[in-house]
Amino acid sequence: MIHVFAFYLFAVLTIASGAVTILARNPVHSVLWLILAFFNAAGLMVLVGAEFIAMLLVIVYVGAVAVLFLFVVMMLDIDFAELRAGFVKNFPLGMLVAVVLLAEIVLGIGAYKAGALQLGSPDGTATTAPGDTNIAAIGELLYGRYLFLFEASGLVLLVAMIGAIVLTHRQRSDTRGQIVAKQNARRPEEATINMKPEVGKGMTL
Amino acid sequence: MIGIEHYVVVSSILFVLGVLGIFLNRKNIIVILMAIELILLAVNINLVAFSAFLHDLTGQIFAMFVLTVAAGEAAVGLAILVIYFRSRGTIAVDDVNRMKG
Repeated sequence: MIHVFAFYLFAVLTIASGAVTILARNPVHSVLWLILAFFNAAGLMVLVGAEFIAMLLVIVYVGAVAVLFLFVVMMLDIDFAELRAGFVKNFPLGMLVAVVLLAEIVLGIGAYKAGALQLGSPDGTATTAPGDTNIAAIGELLYGRYLFLFEASGLVLLVAMIGAIVLTHRQRSDTRGQIVAKQNARRPEEATINMKPEVGKGMTL
Repeated sequence: MIGIEHYVVVSSILFVLGVLGIFLNRKNIIVILMAIELILLAVNINLVAFSAFLHDLTGQIFAMFVLTVAAGEAAVGLAILVIYFRSRGTIAVDDVNRMKG
């Protein structure tokens, strides 16, 4: 009973916050609703016993990606009202496409439920062993059978990081930066001189 | 009892919401990127639900890879957005035609 209640709670909240994400006037509100959608999706995943992916979703999305979105939204000085022009104009066509798409997908699910489709079945090599936790089973697969894919995904992240840095890095010409080599090359002998000026006379440097 | 169909319906509604978000916010690329995140979230729910109901962990592993690619995509997309804003002073993407492609 509590399982059914939790499922409907998480499902309704996920869909509602997803809808507000795309409809909100202010992109900052959009990001916050997106965070709520991610939290509730993580709840849905916990319900079916995929705790590791759920926690990963919370940490990676809420902790990193959503904050990145917030950072960019707040850093750029944008007139968001101007960007909403065309919202009403696109609404009928968008709704039409969305309704058609949803109807098609639901039709497909109905066909699957009626047993008309013959889907492949798992070969049973990637199951959770009895008594094993979700994260232990995932770790065994990830560092075993999928090790090379795992390393390739690390490479994808590295390329994305380098790409983002290269794209946004710029040499500013209007500010004077520190030149470390020049600083290190400077010695006391050439930087200071010892003078003994006579009384009443100035000195020239 | 909650079956696989319930999860698939939730994820398909979320997917369609993401597509609708791209349609509705044609100019605002930040919201378009968020809609893409919604679509990828729907895909992840689908993968995890099927993985759980079929007792096969491959779906969860694949969901992790989807998560990785989504994170990279968000980072690079926002970086492009920042340099675009720096050079143009706006992020209206419906008149991005500098390359005349």
